[in-house]
Amino acid sequence: MSLRVPVGEQDHVQGSADASCTLLEYGDYECPHCGRAHPIVKRVQKHFGKKLRFVFRNFPLSEMHPHAESAAETAEFAGAHGKFWEMHDALFENQEQLGGALYLKLAQEFALPPQELRAAVENREYLARVKSDFTGGVRSGVNGTPTFFINGKRHDASFEYDDLVEAIQAALASA
Amino acid sequence: MDMILAAGTPAPDFSLHVTPDQKLSLKELRGKPVILAFYPADWSPVCGDQMALYNEVLSEFHKFGAELLGISVDGVWCHDAFAKDRHLHFPLMADFEPKGAVAKAYGAYRAQEGFCERALFVIDKKGVIAWSYCSPVAVNPGADGILEALENLPK
Repeated sequence: MSLRVPVGEQDHVQGSADASCTLLEYGDYECPHCGRAHPIVKRVQKHFGKKLRFVFRNFPLSEMHPHAESAAETAEFAGAHGKFWEMHDALFENQEQLGGALYLKLAQEFALPPQELRAAVENREYLARVKSDFTGGVRSGVNGTPTFFINGKRHDASFEYDDLVEAIQAALASA
Repeated sequence: MDMILAAGTPAPDFSLHVTPDQKLSLKELRGKPVILAFYPADWSPVCGDQMALYNEVLSEFHKFGAELLGISVDGVWCHDAFAKDRHLHFPLMADFEPKGAVAKAYGAYRAQEGFCERALFVIDKKGVIAWSYCSPVAVNPGADGILEALENLPK
């Protein structure tokens, strides 16, 4: 399976566009497996440094995870204010407490306007954005979370540190 | 293991319980595309994910005017509990008595284990199979194949 929507302007990206390898994750802030993958991704990023860039796209399974969608929209709101990654990290780190109170607390922490955040989530301002990530994921063969793509190819092995490192190393070697 | 029915084959009609007191037959849905998703069992981890995914993708299926039906050999009460637990918004059909008869008609029954294959069918509005796919039982086949098949249906 390969990625149907190439990494572009609309994406949240950590690292340089010249990096020889791109690790892309479709994830859900309320999914426990994504929560577990979060620190692993950090370690992988640290390991590869500038050779790797990381992209995160939303794939909230909102029927199963009642807060996944609002969390994704909160991250997008933060993204629109230049604080995507701060919010992204904080949401995963506080996965057990997802909900309005946490979002407002984090908004304050990151100096984001809390009333605007509340309104954005209530009015579903970022719903279309999140939905478009989701749909693109489905078309690329994402069937659960987390799903990783390495240089556009779906990574079907586990997301344990060693497996990710090995797969990225292979991608770098063939780049 | 039988081969599942291939594209071009008329889809065998069936009538199965979707709720304890309601039956649905395939021909009632003639005129719109139908997605048949055979799966091994309610509650088993992979199927849960697969049905949960379809639940989220339902609005995409509906854009093509398509109806999604899940089918397994589980009974109506089991389906009822499973659908409620997972908040499923599409019908689950009970291929329960005679057990697996519909799955057999589609070549999607695993006689040894006594449950359905993880097999997908897209049936066009005239009732002909337009696309079919059988996934290894432990692998969630996702929704991309279904969406592509729906896209390729003649308008």
